Amino acid sequence: MTEVAVIGFAQSPCLPSAGTTSGVETLVPVFQEVLAATGLAKQDIDFWCSGSSDYLAGRAFSFVNAVDAIGAYPPVAESHVEMDAAWALYEAYVKLLTGEARTALVYGFGKSSAGQLRRVLALQLDPYLHAPLWPDSVSIAALQARAGLDAGRYTERDMARVAARSRTAALSNPKAQVSGSDTADDLLAAPYVADPLRAHDCAPVGDGAAAVVLAAGDEARRLRARPAWITGFAHNVDSPALGVRDLTTVPSATAAAAAAGLRGGDLDAVELHAPFSHQELLLAAALGLGDRASVNPSGGVLCGNPMFSAGLSRIGLAAKLVMSGRADRVAGHATSGPALQQNLVCVMEGS
Amino acid sequence: MNSAITTRAAVLGTGQTEHRTRRTDVSMAGLCREAIDRALADAGIEWSDVDAVVLGKAPDLFEGVMMPELFLADALGATGRPLLRVHTAGSVGGSTAIVASQLVQAGVHRRVLAVAFEKQSESNAMWALSIQPPFTMPVGAGAGGYFAPHIRSYIRRSGAPPHVGAMVAVKDRRNGALNPHAHLRQPGITLESVNASPMLWDPIRYDETCPSSDGACAIVIGDEAAAEASDRQVAWIHATAMRTEPTYFAGKDHVNPRAGYEAARALWRAAGITDPLEQIDAAEIYVPFSWFEPMWLENLGFAAPGEGWKLTEAGETGIGGALPVNPSGGVMCSNPIGASGLLRFAEAAMQVMGRAGEHQVEGARTALGHAYGGGSQFFAMWVVGTAPV
Repeated sequence: MTEVAVIGFAQSPCLPSAGTTSGVETLVPVFQEVLAATGLAKQDIDFWCSGSSDYLAGRAFSFVNAVDAIGAYPPVAESHVEMDAAWALYEAYVKLLTGEARTALVYGFGKSSAGQLRRVLALQLDPYLHAPLWPDSVSIAALQARAGLDAGRYTERDMARVAARSRTAALSNPKAQVSGSDTADDLLAAPYVADPLRAHDCAPVGDGAAAVVLAAGDEARRLRARPAWITGFAHNVDSPALGVRDLTTVPSATAAAAAAGLRGGDLDAVELHAPFSHQELLLAAALGLGDRASVNPSGGVLCGNPMFSAGLSRIGLAAKLVMSGRADRVAGHATSGPALQQNLVCVMEGS
Repeated sequence: MNSAITTRAAVLGTGQTEHRTRRTDVSMAGLCREAIDRALADAGIEWSDVDAVVLGKAPDLFEGVMMPELFLADALGATGRPLLRVHTAGSVGGSTAIVASQLVQAGVHRRVLAVAFEKQSESNAMWALSIQPPFTMPVGAGAGGYFAPHIRSYIRRSGAPPHVGAMVAVKDRRNGALNPHAHLRQPGITLESVNASPMLWDPIRYDETCPSSDGACAIVIGDEAAAEASDRQVAWIHATAMRTEPTYFAGKDHVNPRAGYEAARALWRAAGITDPLEQIDAAEIYVPFSWFEPMWLENLGFAAPGEGWKLTEAGETGIGGALPVNPSGGVMCSNPIGASGLLRFAEAAMQVMGRAGEHQVEGARTALGHAYGGGSQFFAMWVVGTAPV
């Protein structure tokens, strides 16, 4: 079996508006940074794979222009998923497992500021029955948060604690869009934006991009003193029917964790893709995280959630902890769809 | 031959819908399910045998649903399983099959369901393709307006006589009449009737243009053990290739794009093919406008540059010729955009499985499936065969 590792990660700052017309301008410096860090040139990359969304960009084929950021001539082996780039990383990981490629560069990008994100995301719902009612993404998350409160899974104070811890952690993350030293009590004094969610319970809307470099076996060892070896990588999806799901559980996250061999009690750190504070609490339970793991040491997506690269960044940030020697066993998680419908887990180890 | 691949993979079964302008009798879920149910039956497997689902389709704006695989998860049988959504423009159907095959070749899954669809009647493709970001020159003429100058350039460079495009249209539409799933089935079409049809984008006439279709295609790909457990002929995947280049750059050759050329060379090398014209028994090539047949014959290496039209003109690309091209009728007869590439890949598999019905190429043992997209910049292709390599 081919061994595959993360050997590089870079991300743009998470900004309320990237002030650019396309992903290209955001991606170019990210590619430069990640290639420089790995000592690779673009010709050394065997496979490219990206994640983005046409709906976010408000046009068809938005990923086509992003190919310009590669400088894809001579032509490259390349693919694209209409998903968060964490799933593009999965496609590239599988490519490396086949042995057809030894290195891969995976990138995600998105410009949420181009539209009203919460309304755009309503178009992910069943177009015949749900979408015509325009239930926006924040309102659906609020329904889920309320269901969890009513079921006694957590309290509003627990949610505020998640936000306070995230914002404090983000003080030392220069890429974060939001940070602060407010206590849970401070945060609980804020008004609701969608009962029971307050502004700090919701990820900020922002633009950004990220890239991860994968390498196989000896190639990874040659390029990086301490690669973050992928020991488990899996994803799963739940039913889209919100009225059919128990919104206080996340079976697809539990299934992905089991398939990836997560062993939540045995992690040094985990980066969770939880765009709403209560979702971190639901995911911690679904993934069986113990007290040992440091959760979202970057501040998480509550402090910066560039759509379609935020999930990839969770894996990249977790991998960085291993590559820098600060952790031995970590995991990155990504989610997609309304109310945590689809989930992905990537487990990485130092050696 | 790629010795690094861990497990051989094969197509166990295929399914496709009745492709029509408007399938108002089914929802998007129903359309996909029509193809999936047929693929599972053709493969002789049950839902419990499916380990993962890969969905491909072209831009979400074609149906007006953002990431429709999410709301389709139940209908696709993906709930409780891994679900991937591929989008590589017009080549996406081919990419979908390749991603699914690699999940098997990597040893991750035993059986993977690949599905691709487009329900163009839900929206308006011309509108969806006409939204331009700032600072980008609009083409404003749809796909035909974009590709017509490339065809004119091909005719000028190759010296091809003007009737070659019409010959392809006649062949493909008559082939489509042999295919019960085809959207356009025109057994009575003639060179005269094609040449009498209106000129849309010079030199592309109405009858030399693909239709706009609702349709879906599904295939089941299995590993060696799953293939051996099948009591029917499978289509072994000999090689796959994908290549990309930018839309515009100095030196771009739209007639003979380097990405397609390099993908084909990599494909032949991996499949152990040294003389494609001799060794390939049937080809399903993405030909949305008739003139793309001779252009792609050259790009793929079936003919030298400037010579592809001679194969077409000599009738060698008809069923019974040296290289039957698009015996199913191809994109010229059915074009559910996101599914068109997977249809090419599935039809290639059907040929080597001996399950192509009236459009079966006698004795086909090795076949090519091909797709391209964007501004002739995304290419996906595979070679399948009756026997494993």
